[in-house]
Amino acid sequence: MTARKLTMAQAIAEAIGQEMERDGRVFVMGEDIAKYGGIFGATGGLLDRFGPERIMDTPISETAFIGAATGAAAEGLRPIAELMFVDFFGVCMDQIYNHLAKNTYMSGGSVHLPVVLTTAIGGGYSDAAQHSQCLYSLFAHVPGLKVVVPSNAYDAKGLMIQAIRDDNPVMYCYHKGIMGLPWMAYYEGSSNDVPEESYTIAFGQAGTARSGRDLTIVTLSQMVQKALVAASELEKEGISVEVIDLRTLVPLDVDAIVRSVAKTGRLLIADEDYLGFGLTGEIAALIAERLDQLTLQSPVRRLGVPGTPIPYSRPLEQAVIPQVRHIADACRSMMQQKLARAA
Amino acid sequence: MEPTQQQLLWMYETMLVIREYEETMAKVYLEGKLPPRIQKGLAFDIGSGPVPGEMHLAAGQEPVAVGTCAHLRAEDTVVGTHRPHHFAIAKGVPLDRMTAEIFGKAAGLSRGKGGHMHLFDPEHKFSCSGIVGASMPPACGAALAAKKTGKDWVAIAFFGEGAANQGAFHESLNLAALWKLPAVFVCEDNKYAISVDKAHSTAIRNNAERAAAYGIPGISVATNDALEVYAAAGEAIARARSGGGPTLIEVKTDRYFGHFQGDAEVYRPKGEVAELRQHDPIPRLAARLRERGLLDDATDSATRARVVAKVTQAFEFARRSAYPEASEALHHVFA
Repeated sequence: MTARKLTMAQAIAEAIGQEMERDGRVFVMGEDIAKYGGIFGATGGLLDRFGPERIMDTPISETAFIGAATGAAAEGLRPIAELMFVDFFGVCMDQIYNHLAKNTYMSGGSVHLPVVLTTAIGGGYSDAAQHSQCLYSLFAHVPGLKVVVPSNAYDAKGLMIQAIRDDNPVMYCYHKGIMGLPWMAYYEGSSNDVPEESYTIAFGQAGTARSGRDLTIVTLSQMVQKALVAASELEKEGISVEVIDLRTLVPLDVDAIVRSVAKTGRLLIADEDYLGFGLTGEIAALIAERLDQLTLQSPVRRLGVPGTPIPYSRPLEQAVIPQVRHIADACRSMMQQKLARAA
Repeated sequence: MEPTQQQLLWMYETMLVIREYEETMAKVYLEGKLPPRIQKGLAFDIGSGPVPGEMHLAAGQEPVAVGTCAHLRAEDTVVGTHRPHHFAIAKGVPLDRMTAEIFGKAAGLSRGKGGHMHLFDPEHKFSCSGIVGASMPPACGAALAAKKTGKDWVAIAFFGEGAANQGAFHESLNLAALWKLPAVFVCEDNKYAISVDKAHSTAIRNNAERAAAYGIPGISVATNDALEVYAAAGEAIARARSGGGPTLIEVKTDRYFGHFQGDAEVYRPKGEVAELRQHDPIPRLAARLRERGLLDDATDSATRARVVAKVTQAFEFARRSAYPEASEALHHVFA
């Protein structure tokens, strides 16, 4: 296999291109995805290779083109539709939530909808409350959507090919701050060696981004990169951290989480989505339900955006979105904490 | 409808303020964003500098804002777009607090919480949103409130031609027509929805024709000219104020900058902006003022000096203001 270092944006575009060559039913629709190559580069170079019949710029009409993806998929095509920012779901959620996600079930399994809905997530660059959210928990909450959230270029390619070949709707969320764009700072760990050849990564298989003994950080997307930086810092202090990269939320690799926590006895869930009623609570609950099999050394800890919209001003945004220092501080304090004794 | 001398001079000076503001912002925005003081390998870092995040500038689109707002009273409501500065300035939003907001400072309109796409000034009845098409429903609401409380106030929704392909546009026009709301829908047709030119996004040539689908007047202003906008908006606003219901106006206008600052504009023919700038609406209005004896070299340079001083003062105010305390992030989620 020949590998080169790619950015996540390049890896995603390469995956889409390879699947389009393999399967004439695959096509892409979205705003600014053709001439512009996608605002975040996920379809860069594809217009020149495949032409405007298969790489289709759309009007700013998300309800229409995302609904059309559902309709075209029902007819046997395999559309990829891009929702430019996940925050824009508000104008088209009915087509996603009540149709794309539910039609397979409501049809008793007779309707198949192989749609990949790509979308940009995440903040950290002062784009304020309407352009900075993650919201993957919202889509994971709805039965019927698979949810993919890669943290690096290698995973992004394999997960995209898997997503396109899946016969179900897949929400594919890429964080802007790891795409490797020439106009936005990013975590360089997200650009890595990617084989030229086609390959898949199965859904529901978390990755171990770093092995450790003392504490497990369960995380995803850009936060994996932050957790790795924190883990390196903590290693110098003698704290050995394991970082579990979920890669997909639906399906969720519960076994990988349980295995790691069984080994370390400490669990920190680090997330960039809202803290309340979401991913962090879900994983904490899964562990709580298994306390007959697991022994914890400290209480489970969660990091996420507290119950506020993402503020614009830099010091405010940096305060609400968990940073490397928040992760490291949480780990340090967990190492000092003890569980209450059973009566 | 003819503008008064006072309105003519206000439109001219306000257009100059907008242009000076946007050109100043274009320069300030680049501070701290270019190599070598950013991550190695990057050409530009959107998240750095005193004004981080996206920046959408309205140079070239001044006639839409001033031609409409010249007719407005303090009590009238304006809802703008993700490209909001020209509307805010024309509606009378204070420049210093608006600029402080765009710098993310505590003295800003929203204490730094909103930023450039989310300016809120209830005192001057101005707001905007970063979501395409989102101006129209709340403008219907402001118009409904005026109607319910027996006021002769009007509400203006500004939006781009790309937004006319959103459901919110069609739903709002129908609602406003059905309820005869005192609302005016003003479409800025700058020909590009980010990178997609109108011929590739819109099935018809003139969005004003869509008014017919809702049984309301639709006016297409073919020239990027403040006086033409003034005439169209004047008629529409008078109709709304007197209970005659909503109007759809579209203005063929020009965007001199990219969709956002840093946009490589690969979708525009080279030299297009230079050509558009040949038809700059500011010298056009200046010529009309001179014809009427309202402007000469001395008054023009005095006006321009005033404009530069005002804009400079706003940026200085923003720079010397303090950032909010991090703990403030948790305030204002609820009233």
